[in-house]
Amino acid sequence: MAENPAQAVLVPPADRVSLPKIWRTVKRWPLIPLFLLLLVVFAGVMAPWIAPEDPRKGNLRARMVPPVWLEGGSTDHLLGTDHLGRDILSRIVHGARISLIVAAVTLGLGGTTGTVLGLLAGWYGKWIDEIIMRIVDIALAIPLVLVALVMVVAVGQSFPSELGGQTGLIILVLASFFWVRFARLVRGEVLQLKTLDYVALAKVAGASIPRILFVHIFPGVINTLIVLATLQVGFVILVESTLSFLGAGVPPPTPAWGSMVAEGRDFLAGAWWISTMPGLAILLTVMSLNLFGDWLRDTLDPRLRQLATN
Amino acid sequence: MQRFLARRLLLTIVTLWLVSILIFFMARISGDPTTLLIDDYASASTLEDLRASLGLDKSYPEQYWIFLKNAVRGDFGISIVQKQPVGDLIMQRLPATLYLGLVAFFFSLVVGIPLGVLSSLKRGSLMDQVGKAIALVGQSAPPFWIGIMLMFFFAVRLGWVAPSGREETSSIILPAITLGWFNVAANLRLMRSAMLDVMDTEYIKLARAKGVAHNIIIWKHALRNALIPPLTFAGITLGGLITGSLVAETVFAWPGLGQLAFLAVRDSDYPLLQGVVITFAAAYLATAFLVDVFYAYVDPRIRFS
Repeated sequence: MAENPAQAVLVPPADRVSLPKIWRTVKRWPLIPLFLLLLVVFAGVMAPWIAPEDPRKGNLRARMVPPVWLEGGSTDHLLGTDHLGRDILSRIVHGARISLIVAAVTLGLGGTTGTVLGLLAGWYGKWIDEIIMRIVDIALAIPLVLVALVMVVAVGQSFPSELGGQTGLIILVLASFFWVRFARLVRGEVLQLKTLDYVALAKVAGASIPRILFVHIFPGVINTLIVLATLQVGFVILVESTLSFLGAGVPPPTPAWGSMVAEGRDFLAGAWWISTMPGLAILLTVMSLNLFGDWLRDTLDPRLRQLATN
Repeated sequence: MQRFLARRLLLTIVTLWLVSILIFFMARISGDPTTLLIDDYASASTLEDLRASLGLDKSYPEQYWIFLKNAVRGDFGISIVQKQPVGDLIMQRLPATLYLGLVAFFFSLVVGIPLGVLSSLKRGSLMDQVGKAIALVGQSAPPFWIGIMLMFFFAVRLGWVAPSGREETSSIILPAITLGWFNVAANLRLMRSAMLDVMDTEYIKLARAKGVAHNIIIWKHALRNALIPPLTFAGITLGGLITGSLVAETVFAWPGLGQLAFLAVRDSDYPLLQGVVITFAAAYLATAFLVDVFYAYVDPRIRFS
């Protein structure tokens, strides 16, 4: 109603807070996903300071303590403890840190490489485009989780620790598969942008090719990149947690969400919360990312409807 | 058509070939396999003999050629832990994985498509909200966790089915749901938007105008045309279902290839892992190729683009 200009005259401009108004704001902005995401980022960044306990240290006298709302639970362990008496909430908070680091570095590396190669392929065309796009086709045709498994088993232990050890290897493997998604998208955008008049004008004015690509064309693909990256964060977290679940992810004793779910599997009958809680953390994080990404896409760039989560 | 076929076949072969190179060199980087087969006190000459008998004294290109020749015949050497030819282990377990993949495939179609149609009928209705929720959770939940939760509720708490293994006929239910869940969500979304598009076309309006019953319009006129996108997607994901069985089989101890891969990872059994991964990759690429060929045959727009 408020959008109607004729009505706006009649309604006093006072900022009255009414329920429908709040509801409209909630509907327009993805408040709940945004709140959950901020919570996860805060937990991940501040993990060493806010986690109630050391995520690696167990207390054998407090094994499999249920969450606080169940009988036998205590406020010492809000989400309970696992089979070694480690505090699950602390482990989830530290797990957020791991997932965020892996996702951020993977997408940072992959996104940059993909964008640069996409710009080059789209701008130059011909054999550069042909080579890059064939590599993209091949990378998309390889089952990612399987290759990552092989790499981790083969070189995981011996990967140099200056590069992050096994975690660094996983990031490298994931990045070498994720750049193609960025390259393909950026190339498509460049093909459209380079036909526009202002690009021709820049060329006539004597701008160098790097300048045209990064100063004139790149800003045109930023929106698309932001949307893609947001939607891919969730996917990277899912792949990373799957690898951790299969025992080929971030190595123990570092608490990764996927390996926490795997550890709790044998205690389902007695202590279901060990597997359930970290799984819920993954679910809520990825779900928020998807909802937020969808919203970003609709707001920034509605043309991208076909950009699904994967 | 021939040009499309040739191009597509070439891509498939090159991809598979690159996967084989990758896996071969990973095996060489991962260390000297003789240290796994021999004890620390063996003499230098015994070691040399063993290296010669394994072909490790030859150059890398030569070794790769032998590896490739054997792999084509299904010979991937002997599993370090299980002490059996890897090819035999794979053949024993392949049927279980194919069975699981097919059941999950049909599950995702049979559940996802009707749900998609129902939620497209009235936008914003309760059914539509339920459909949206299913699609969102399906895309966001890690499959391994879904599997564990299903196991907890239906096997541990309610005791309706066995928690793991393949002893009973009903054992297939939970692994198939775990594997097919993601595709249920995807099919639902695709079906919903395809139905919305089709319901907006002129020929549906015509059918309405001439008085065709509502149910017949939806389930006969609209559905047939709206089925194309979900079916295309279903074909594309068939290969993904085969490799996705890794997670479902690990959770439910389903005796297929995926579980074999998991055991190989756990035991660092490299020959076994390399055999399973190449089999998986070949199955994945072959399915994708066949599906593409099928669609190019059905839909001329694909082969000419």
